[in-house]
Amino acid sequence: MKFFRHCLILASSILVSTMSFVGVTNADDHKGFKIGVVTFLSGPAAEPFGVPAWNGGKLLIKLLNEGKVPAPYNKKGFGGMEITAIPIDESGGATKQVQEFRNLVQRDKVDAVLGYVSSGDCMAIPAVADELQALTVLYDCGTPRVFEDASYKYVFRTAAHAAMDNIAIAKYLIEKGHDISSIAGINQNYAWGKDSWKDFSVSIKKLSPNSEIKNELFPKIFSGQYGTEISALLNSKAKVVHSSLWGGDLQSFILQAKPRGFFKRTQVVFSAGDQVMPGLGNKYPEGVILGARGQYGMMAPDTPLNNWFYKAYMDEYGVFPAQPPYRMVQGLMGLKMAIEKAMDKNGGKKPNKDEIAEAFTGLEFEAPGGLVQMKLGNGHQAIQPHAIGKTAKDKDGNIIVTDIVRYKASCVNPPNGIKAVDWINAGFPGADC
Amino acid sequence: MPLKLLNNVFFQSIFLMSLLVVVGIFIPNWLVFVITKAIAYGLVGLGIITLMRGGLVSFGQGFVFGIGGYTAGLLGTQAGLTDAVLLLFISFIFTGFVGLIIAPLLARYRDIFFAMLSLAFSMVLYGILIKIDAIGGSDGFVLPESTYFGIKPSKEYADYILYVVSVIMTGIVSILLRYYYDSTPGLIALAVRENELRVEYLGSSAFNVTVLNFTIAAGLGGMGGALNGIALGHIDPEFTYWTTSGEFVFISILAGYLSVPAVFLAALLLELVRSFSGRYFPDTWQLILGVFLILSIIFIPSGIGSFFKQLFDKLKNK
Repeated sequence: MKFFRHCLILASSILVSTMSFVGVTNADDHKGFKIGVVTFLSGPAAEPFGVPAWNGGKLLIKLLNEGKVPAPYNKKGFGGMEITAIPIDESGGATKQVQEFRNLVQRDKVDAVLGYVSSGDCMAIPAVADELQALTVLYDCGTPRVFEDASYKYVFRTAAHAAMDNIAIAKYLIEKGHDISSIAGINQNYAWGKDSWKDFSVSIKKLSPNSEIKNELFPKIFSGQYGTEISALLNSKAKVVHSSLWGGDLQSFILQAKPRGFFKRTQVVFSAGDQVMPGLGNKYPEGVILGARGQYGMMAPDTPLNNWFYKAYMDEYGVFPAQPPYRMVQGLMGLKMAIEKAMDKNGGKKPNKDEIAEAFTGLEFEAPGGLVQMKLGNGHQAIQPHAIGKTAKDKDGNIIVTDIVRYKASCVNPPNGIKAVDWINAGFPGADC
Repeated sequence: MPLKLLNNVFFQSIFLMSLLVVVGIFIPNWLVFVITKAIAYGLVGLGIITLMRGGLVSFGQGFVFGIGGYTAGLLGTQAGLTDAVLLLFISFIFTGFVGLIIAPLLARYRDIFFAMLSLAFSMVLYGILIKIDAIGGSDGFVLPESTYFGIKPSKEYADYILYVVSVIMTGIVSILLRYYYDSTPGLIALAVRENELRVEYLGSSAFNVTVLNFTIAAGLGGMGGALNGIALGHIDPEFTYWTTSGEFVFISILAGYLSVPAVFLAALLLELVRSFSGRYFPDTWQLILGVFLILSIIFIPSGIGSFFKQLFDKLKNK
């Protein structure tokens, strides 16, 4: 026994020291462009979100390195530099993520970090990113607070924040003449769910002051059982039920609510409802109004770039891309454009982080989901056009999205310098629709 | 005389502290940060070990970890107090005080009842924290950059200075704790672990010892939480979640209750294994971590500290 103990101690110390050595020696190979990619690879957010996002990212990186992406992304890699990506699992909470971020920057010496689905992580990382002066692209998370409460030099978010999802849905309901005399909501009991509901209910109140709020339910995240909530919502007889559920929770909710006729008895709106469509297929209910947090998946615009991406993803993985891969691809494309813009300016050398950050600020680039403009947060936060649609069955019985209304980015996003919640409360001043 | 000096806890600690401070200059930045974090976790582990000496394990040290973290964070954001040394000290005192208030309730329970009740406290705090939107709810909030005696260090040195501060403060705490462990109440705790009834018959109070130990554990946990928050620059309710508490328990089990430095070594080992398995096996890092935990429980059941003790005993006998 004693022998084993000593062996174990010896083995673990050797393991740790060699690993540190490997980490250190790898550090200085700087021929290409090295990025850390942080996304959920385990836990409840992996299957619906983290993994498809990374699938999209992996595919794009491969095709970029081969130079097979259409213009304006036809340069190999990032401006001719081969891209190497180090994937890191986002699960484990903000404490762990801050440490992993430091490891990526200080130990692996990555040139940039792309990542973060969870709003908590997005709140924690930027301060460290600026402290370490590490270029960071937030590709997904929703909370508007990142650039509203603070400003950062090296941090960029290439996707619109969550406010537009709910503002656009409220506008859609009114434009399409739906009965919004009473509304109810079921949202997860954490920042994302609470913010989504607040944005939606206040927007509705602004656009239609007489509508009444019936039920505000906040089940806890990843609870997976919604029997009582569904009963409560049915009893409330609200005309519209809003939900920002996502991933496995959304899937469970749909599967539990559908047999009870929920989707026939009330108008349901899902602010981030498309990511479970590839998984549920034709089990997805009809007549649901949904957003995809951008013009993604079935609501993507008919542009050459989108058609190329949609097909490339479909060919590789056999399912159509929903919002997660679109958003990661959007982040990578933004980074690529910023790097190449910086290289045009410095004469084709590998740009440093200050040059990239300068080029990134206020950047505009075309992504599969439409034109992305880094307009908010003094050029660090993107706005993008949005689309809302309604599910229906086509003649073959497949679920499709119809009645799509597209919104200009400036119509559903606040102008620079105004907080999203203040903008909604003020009744959307300066919205350009 | 020199040999006697070597055996003196005080000089050993001073030597170890100066060694760590010097080593910190030469090791890469990421490792400085990992060690700082390991110290923060180790402090909480040290609290559990203090309880373990009295035969108790707390599954809810996330409670005091969170209180310490939020104390430092709120003092920083609301009161503008950014001095790291002061924040650590205040968190230590304040959390110890909170510990003293709830200790009489907890000290009446033993074994799994004590563990579950402490867990309940931490989860109640978690539930409250995610509901308070004014301090960020589930997203938490960002701490202002820390200062040291009125000076704000430049960004390149901030990590190292925090590391030095934490090494010194932890060193002082560890010395005091070693003296406490060897004092009368500290030794009574060991006796409580062996036979509580007999301790009572001999005229000592197991209850009082447990209250004292829990208060110390709370203070240490609070200091660890504050240090972790300051190092990360961000605080969220995850600090009080049961998985966080579970990590502290594991650190204490890995370290064993025989040695103070072993706790910090265990925390560091856990951090390194986790970090490297996450880096090289992003899809299966939990599996690697799990195997590591199982192996260490099978092969070192009484903790890393037992090696130290064996080593010292051997040296003494020679």
